Amino acid sequence: MLELILLSVAKVMGIVMVFVMAVAALLTWIERKQSALIQNRVGPNRASVAGLRLGGIFHLAADAVKMLTKEDFDPETDNPLMFRLAPFLAVVPVMLLFAVIPFGPGEHFLISNVGVGALFILAVSSLGVYGSTIGAWASNNNFAMLGSIRTTAQMISYEVSMGLNLVGIFMIYESVNLQDIVIEQGSLIWGWLPAWGIVLQPLAFILFMTASIAETKRAPFDLPEGESEIVGYFVEFSSMRFGLLALSEFIGIVAVGATAAVLFLGGWQIPWVQGTGGWLTVAQVGAMILKTLFVVWLQMAIRWTLPRFRYDQLMRLGWQYLLPLSLLNIFITGVVLMFVEQGRI
Amino acid sequence: MEQVIFWILAIGTVASSVAVIVPPMGRNPVHGALSLVVAFFFLAGLYVMLVAHLVAVLQVLIYAGAIVVLFLFVIMLLNIQSEDLGHPRPTISKLIGVIAVGFVSIVLIGFILKDKGMAEPPVGLPSDSTFGTVKTVGNLLYTSYIVPFELTSILLLVAVIGAVIMAKRRL
Amino acid sequence: MLDSQIEYIPVLIMLAICSAAIGGMLTLNFLLGPKRKNAIKNAPFESGEKQIHSPKRRFSVKFYLVGIFFIVFDIEAVFLFPWATLYRQWLRDPAFAWVAFGEMFLFLGILSLGLVYVWRRGALEWD
Repeated sequence: MLELILLSVAKVMGIVMVFVMAVAALLTWIERKQSALIQNRVGPNRASVAGLRLGGIFHLAADAVKMLTKEDFDPETDNPLMFRLAPFLAVVPVMLLFAVIPFGPGEHFLISNVGVGALFILAVSSLGVYGSTIGAWASNNNFAMLGSIRTTAQMISYEVSMGLNLVGIFMIYESVNLQDIVIEQGSLIWGWLPAWGIVLQPLAFILFMTASIAETKRAPFDLPEGESEIVGYFVEFSSMRFGLLALSEFIGIVAVGATAAVLFLGGWQIPWVQGTGGWLTVAQVGAMILKTLFVVWLQMAIRWTLPRFRYDQLMRLGWQYLLPLSLLNIFITGVVLMFVEQGRI
Repeated sequence: MEQVIFWILAIGTVASSVAVIVPPMGRNPVHGALSLVVAFFFLAGLYVMLVAHLVAVLQVLIYAGAIVVLFLFVIMLLNIQSEDLGHPRPTISKLIGVIAVGFVSIVLIGFILKDKGMAEPPVGLPSDSTFGTVKTVGNLLYTSYIVPFELTSILLLVAVIGAVIMAKRRL
Repeated sequence: MLDSQIEYIPVLIMLAICSAAIGGMLTLNFLLGPKRKNAIKNAPFESGEKQIHSPKRRFSVKFYLVGIFFIVFDIEAVFLFPWATLYRQWLRDPAFAWVAFGEMFLFLGILSLGLVYVWRRGALEWD
């Protein structure tokens, strides 16, 4: 038992506190730098260590110091307890998503191999709505309240399609366990095509990415924090409390990246390479990290390319396009699998 | 070990369920809703102790993640303040509620003490390693219980239609 | 305890570590940050204006409809998950293949009727 506890602590520290937090912290800088490059600006470049600027990469350290040394004041509210609870409610669920994500073959790169893997991800991500909702409700601010109602409606609208898009994956790989799904994706179709989720479920991948970006509340779905209209659900949060709400968003991006990599991009599988062990395992963990970063980059590029939706467009996209298309995808998958199993394809 | 975990989860479930309606938490509907989420988590833990993995995760997905969100939504939309509720005062229905809860508790405690049910669990853990997994539940649900399963869709259809009729201003 | 139950212990450990890390960051912030409170700073920020009415007011019933639809379709998705993992296995049995296909698409068909109804009634329109 003690061995299990120590091993779990080590894995949690390694995966969440080192890998995820490092990527999320880097993202705070990459986001600004990339947006600057896209918009033909210079971007952050002031912070320096011993005269070295390195494109302003030290801004992430400067930001952390700034967040920690600012005043954390409470607004006048009837619910100071809920206000203080909000950062926990926002960050803990997105961190917990990494509990079931296999970063490599075997049990050493996976915190917990619960049998219900993908359903665990859906369940935990459905809890992410409480942080922003409760926090904004407790801040006693009209703008925050508008943001809160928008956030809740948006997140629940897109959560449905997110769940339905995974059904096609479960049908093909016959499991909800993420490690099983990744192992199944190692096989080849017709001897040359990797059986990745994106190959077999291209429509589901697009729909899943759309729904996931809406779940992380980022542009083009950033209505809960449309800065030019309602400031955002976290308008009353200062210092590290604001920092944690922003961090939860960046961790959410990494979580979407890792989930999409596992379900659609073959997880730690390197195409056309079978087996594990030794240096190959190291390469496979590297492949998983690269795939995660690729999806993270994809989200960054989408973020700075598309303008914000209007609210009615957002709701229409969720309910009138994503939901019927997800159901259609399940139907098509069902019909195609029937032909496949009867040996006609 | 299992006894200890069970008692932690059981006491947690009861305590957080009581907190939903009893002040100080229960006085504010939003606090009550959050206590309900906590209660569902403890319940999910109890399901894991029963090796019902699918039910445990659905408990979190549906109850904590969907139904309480709707509760919270409705609470925020209606925004009943504590002034609207008035001072808590004893009513007949509260008295009846207390008597009913007391009666049921006494009966339950009586049964437990009579059977000494706490000393030993009646059955051990299932030896079948697939028990409670997604596939096992599915195998039962879509073969033996196919009629209730199909009827569920009718129930959900009625729920959708009812919600639209109640909430839509013009039909 | 069974192996499948022990798998949840790392999740609990993770919950504890993550909460502790967040609590630690907030405590550090509390210790390092200045504490100069005044009434104006603590007033709700509404772009420099005084708060005209309380944010605790009633919102449109449409949001409630969204909540109900969410629950209905979430439950629908939940019924799909166990079926999805078994579908291919059942297809391999020729006698059962059409039952496996038919039962789910009957279920989905009835629920799609609900979606069509909601759509035609205009409850999905956000005007």
